[in-house]
Amino acid sequence: MLKRFNIKPWQLILGVVLLGVWIYCYIANTDITNSVVASGMRFGMPLALAAMVGIMCERSGVINIGIEGTMLLSGFTGFYIASWSKNIVAGLMIAILTGILTSFVHAMMTIQWKMDQIIAGTIINILASGLTSFLYKQGSTIPNSWPIFDIPILGQIPFIGHAFFTQQGPIQYLGLILIPAIWVMMYKTRWGLRTRAVGENPGSADTAGVSVIKVRMINVMFGGAIGGFVGGFICLELVGSFSKEFTAGSGFTALALMIFGRWNPMGAFAAAILFGLAQALSTQLQIFGVTNIPNQFITMLPYVFTIVVLAVSAGKVRPPAAAGKSYEKEQA
Amino acid sequence: MEALLRIEHLSKSFPGVKANDDISIEVHKGEIVALLGENGAGKSTLVKSVFGLVKPDSGTITIKGEEIEPGDTAAAIRHGVGMVHQHFQLVPVMSVVENIILGDEPHKGVFVTKKAAREEVIALSARYGLEVDPDAFVEDLPVGIQQRIEILKALRKDIDLLILDEPSAVLTPHEIDELLEVIRKLAASGVGILFITHKLHEVMAVADRVVVLRNGKLVGTTTPKETNEEGLAQMMVGRNVVLSVEKGPARAKEVALEIKDLSVKDDRHLDAVTHFSLEVRAGEILGIAGVEGNGQRELVEAICGMRHRQTGTVKVSGKESPDMDPRGVHLMGVSHIPEDREKDGLVSSYSIADNLTLNQFNLKPFSVKGIRDFNARDEYADRLVKEFDIRTPSFQNSASSLSGGNKQKVVVARELTQNSHVIVASQPTRGVDVGSIEFIHKQLISARDGGAAVLLVSAELDEILSLSDRIAVMFGGKIVAIIDGQDADRQYVGRLMAGLSG
Amino acid sequence: MKFKITRDALVPIASVLVALAIGAILIAAQGHSPMQAYHVLIVKGFQSTSGLQATLSKAGILIISGLAITFGLRAGLFNIGAQGQVLSGALAFTYIGYRLHGIPMWIHIPIALIFGAACGALVGGFAGFLKATRGVHEVISTIMLNSIMAAIVDYLTQNQFRLQGQPNTRTPDILHSARLPHIFGYPTGFIIAVLLAIVINWVFKRTTIGFELDTVGRNRSASWYAGISVKKSIVLGMLVSGAIAGFTGGMFSSETTGYFVPAFYSGIGFDGITIALLGRANPIALIPGAIFIGGMRSAQSAIQFEAGVSPDIINLLLALVLFFATAPFLAKLIKSNAKTLTTTSGWGS
Repeated sequence: MLKRFNIKPWQLILGVVLLGVWIYCYIANTDITNSVVASGMRFGMPLALAAMVGIMCERSGVINIGIEGTMLLSGFTGFYIASWSKNIVAGLMIAILTGILTSFVHAMMTIQWKMDQIIAGTIINILASGLTSFLYKQGSTIPNSWPIFDIPILGQIPFIGHAFFTQQGPIQYLGLILIPAIWVMMYKTRWGLRTRAVGENPGSADTAGVSVIKVRMINVMFGGAIGGFVGGFICLELVGSFSKEFTAGSGFTALALMIFGRWNPMGAFAAAILFGLAQALSTQLQIFGVTNIPNQFITMLPYVFTIVVLAVSAGKVRPPAAAGKSYEKEQA
Repeated sequence: MEALLRIEHLSKSFPGVKANDDISIEVHKGEIVALLGENGAGKSTLVKSVFGLVKPDSGTITIKGEEIEPGDTAAAIRHGVGMVHQHFQLVPVMSVVENIILGDEPHKGVFVTKKAAREEVIALSARYGLEVDPDAFVEDLPVGIQQRIEILKALRKDIDLLILDEPSAVLTPHEIDELLEVIRKLAASGVGILFITHKLHEVMAVADRVVVLRNGKLVGTTTPKETNEEGLAQMMVGRNVVLSVEKGPARAKEVALEIKDLSVKDDRHLDAVTHFSLEVRAGEILGIAGVEGNGQRELVEAICGMRHRQTGTVKVSGKESPDMDPRGVHLMGVSHIPEDREKDGLVSSYSIADNLTLNQFNLKPFSVKGIRDFNARDEYADRLVKEFDIRTPSFQNSASSLSGGNKQKVVVARELTQNSHVIVASQPTRGVDVGSIEFIHKQLISARDGGAAVLLVSAELDEILSLSDRIAVMFGGKIVAIIDGQDADRQYVGRLMAGLSG
Repeated sequence: MKFKITRDALVPIASVLVALAIGAILIAAQGHSPMQAYHVLIVKGFQSTSGLQATLSKAGILIISGLAITFGLRAGLFNIGAQGQVLSGALAFTYIGYRLHGIPMWIHIPIALIFGAACGALVGGFAGFLKATRGVHEVISTIMLNSIMAAIVDYLTQNQFRLQGQPNTRTPDILHSARLPHIFGYPTGFIIAVLLAIVINWVFKRTTIGFELDTVGRNRSASWYAGISVKKSIVLGMLVSGAIAGFTGGMFSSETTGYFVPAFYSGIGFDGITIALLGRANPIALIPGAIFIGGMRSAQSAIQFEAGVSPDIINLLLALVLFFATAPFLAKLIKSNAKTLTTTSGWGS
C-alpha cells in the first residue's frame, strides 16, 4: 500500500500530526485557523503549480530550471494583454501561450540541440528577465480583478471546506482541479505511463516504438503551458499587477518542493501547502506582534525552510533516472 | 518461397569505423539463424538496422516482401519484428505488467485498463510457459527473469521475426539451456529467429544456419552440420586460433592479498557480498568465475577501496588496507583494471597521456610539490604507447578518439606498469578485439610471472578457464568452491555458477 | 584548451551582431533611435578615455565574477547564486574598510579583501557542504542562499553597520587606506583581475589540485577510481568559487562604491554567469567577453540620459548574446564545431 503510493512511513506520521494540530486549532479558534489556512493556500498554490511544471518536465527526463523565466514572461504578456484588451480571460490565454512558446525554446535547446539542461534553463531565465525589464512600462492596470467567491456546497464541508473552497478567485479554483488532473494523467493514462518510462529509461520506450523526442517535447510544452498559467495566475488574480522580477526565486523553491514531494504531483502539492502554511503562520505571528524578530528574518524564513527541506530529503529520494540526460540512440 | 527477412547490400559507417559493409542476409519462416562474430564485428549494428534503431547508410531491408522505412522502430514493429536487447530495455521502477504493455497499452479512452493488461500478461506468460509475477517490480527480479520479461515483451506483438542480441551473455548455463529450448519452440511455431552470439557451442546446439561477420563484412554462411567449433572459430577470427593461452606453471609464493570476512552492500543497499574470505598468492592468477550480478563488482570495488566494507578486512602484503580510500589502497601496491572503462577507467575528454597517468598524476615524477611535470608525463606516455601498441597518431589526442580495444590498452598499460603487488582485473577483455585480447592475456600472465598476485574477475568462463591457476566460483555473494585451474571441468564449473552443488 | 581563432571565435561575434540587430528593432519599436543608442554605447563604453577607464574598472570586476563561476564549472558545479556571495564579501570588506583605523594601505586592503573572500567562501562552501553531505543541488541551494544573504546584509546595513544620522540607509565610508588606487587614471582592479585569470588558468593546467577538480568536473566515477575524493573536491570547488565571488564584492567596494548599499551590487554575480558561459569555462577566454560587457554596463546610464532608451536594454542585449552564443544553431550556420558546454547533469549529488 505505502510502496504503491510511494509514501514513506514518516511522511504518513507527519501528515497525521499536522492534521491533528489543524483540528485542535480549528476547535480552539475557528476563525483565526481558517484565515491562516486560507492564506497558506494563497501562498502555496502558485508554488504547487510551478512545481507541476518541474514534474511534467522531469518525469519525461528534462530538468527545467527555467520555470522562473517562463512565469516571468507569461505574467508579463498576460498582464499587458489584459490591460490593453481590458479582458482578463484574453490575458490568461496569452499567458498560457507565452508559456508554451517559452518552453518550446527550452525544449529545442535541451531536446533537439541536446544542450546542457541547466545552462538552457539559465538562458531562459536571463532572457526572460532581460526582455521583461526592458519592455516594462509603469502605470498599467488591469480592468477589474476577478471577484473572490465561495464555492457553494464544497465550501461548507467542515475543516477543509473553508480552506480549499472559499474566498479564492477562479484561477485558484482551476489550479485546484489541475493538480489532481496531472496526477491522474501521470499514473492512470497511457501518456503518463509513456512519460514515466521515457524519464526513467528512454531506451525502453524507444524500443517499444514510443518516440522519446515527441514525448519529451509535448511534456515540456505542456509544462510550459502550466508555467504560463501560473504567471497569469499571479499577475492577473493573486497580485493583480506585474512587477519586475516578481518571481523572486519561487521557480527554484518550486523545484525544491518537487524534490520534497518525490516528483509526485500530490506530494509536491502537499509540500507546497505545508510551505505556504509555514509562511502564513510566520506572517500572522508578525502581524500579531507575538515576536519581535526583525522583518528581514521573517522574509528569510521560506528560503531557510527550502534548504532545510532539501537537506532532509534530497539525498534520500530517487529522481527520474534519465532526468538531465539528452537521449542518444544507442550505437553499434 | 518468399523470405521472411531479406537484407540487401546494407552498409553503415560510424565515425572512424565501417560497422557494416555491403551485407546481404535472408531469414526464412521458422528458421533459426545465428549471427556469429567477434566483438566489434558489426552484428549489433546489423540487427539494430533491421529493428530501426540504427539508420543504415545504404541498402534495403525487406520483410515479407515489403521494404521497410530505414531508422523507424515503429515501422519495424508494425511489420512483425520483435527484439530482445543485449542491455535490457526495462524500466526498473515499474511493474512487470507496465513494462510489458509499454508502447501498446490496453486502454479505454486515454486510460490504461490495468486489469485487462494484467490478465493479458498472465495469459501471455502461460501460453509460452514463461512464468513471471505480473505485479513484481522489475528492479527486484533476477537477471534471468528480466530477460524473460524482454522475451514476453517481444512475443506479445504476434511477431514473425524475433531478434535476440547476445541473449546468453548474462545467463547461467542452466538458464541458457532453458533459453535455447524457448528458441526452438518459437521456431517450431513458425517464427523466424535471428540471434547474435559469440558462443560457439550455442550455435552448434540450436542454429539451422550460421552467418559469420568479421570487421563489418560477411565472411560466410554455413550450417552446424557442415562444420565444427574450430571451423566456426576460424571463420570468425580469420585465421587459425589457439583457443588456449600459452603459459608456464605458476610459482605461487606468499599470500599477497588476503580478504577476510568481507561483506559489502550494492547501490540499492542490499547485501551483495556476504562474509567473503579469499587469499591470493604472489605469482598466481586466481580467477573468479560467476554469472554477472553475483557480487563480483561490489567485491572488486570493496577490495580497491571504492566501496564501503560493512564487515571484514582486506590485507595487502600483510598490511590492512584502508576502507573507502582508493588512493590509499593504490599506494599500497594494488592496481585495478575496472570493469567499466568508459565510466571508471578513463576520462574520455582528457588526452591519452593524462589517462595513462590518471592515478599517478600526483606522484613523482609526474608532479613535484603539487606542480605537474608535463615532460615526465609525456616521456612516460610515449613509452607506454609504443610498449602496449596503442594505435593513435599522438598521445596528445583525447582518449575518446580511440577504439574500444585501444582504450582498454590504455587502462591495462597504466595498471600493469606500476609494479604492483596485487592486480585486480575485472572483465579485462570486454568489448575488445581478438588481437587485443591475446595481448592483454599475455600481459596478465607476464605480470603473474613477474611476481604479482592477479585476481581475475570475468563473466567469460573460457577466459577464466584458460588463464587461471586457481578458480573460485562465486554465487550469491559467496564463494561456493575453489578448484584447481589445471583440471577444471567446464560443465562442473557451469553447474557451480548456477548455484547447483557440483 | 586551445582557442581556435577562425570559426569558433566567429560565433560570439556573430551572436553580438544578431543581438544588436534584434535590440535595434525593439528600440525602434519603442520609438527611439537605435543608431543613436548604439552610438552612445560605443562612445561611452569604448571610445572616450573616461569611458574606457570606467569600462576597464567594470571589466575587472566582471572578470573576477566570471572567474568565480568558471572555477565552479570546471569542477562540475554551477554556482548560479554567486550574487549572494558577492554581497557578503562586499559587506565584509566594507566593514573592515571603515572599521580598522591607522594601518597602511598595503596591509589594510589585503586584510579587507581576504576577509571579504572568506565570507564569500563561507557561503559558497556551505552550499558545497550541503551538496557533498546531503545531496542538495547547488543550483537550488545557492539561489536560496542568495535571498538569505540579501536579507542578512539588509538587516546589518540597517542596524549594526548603519551610518547614523543619514536619511538613506548606508554604511560609513570605507577609509582611504582601503581604497584601491588608480594608476594614471586606470583601475588597478583590472590588472588584479587579469593576473587572477592567469593564476586560475595555471592552477587548472599545472597543479595537481586543479587537475583533481577538473577531473571531478569531467567524470566523477573515474575521479573516485583514480583516488580523488569527490566530496572534498565539491566542497573545495564551491569554497573557492565563493571566495572569488566574495573577492569580487570586496574589490568593487574598494575601487568603485566606497561604501555599502546593497543595490550597488545587483547583477554582478549574474553577469558573471553570462561571462563564464561565453568564455566556455576557460579563465583566459572569458576576458574579452568581460570587457565587452563592462563597456555595455558602464554606458548603461548614458544610454538613458542621451538616447532616452531604458537602461534595461543592456540586460536584454546580454541575454540575446548569451542565447545566440550558447544555442548551437548560429554555430552550425558558421560551421564551427565547438562543443556545447556542460555543467553537471541531473539532480544526483
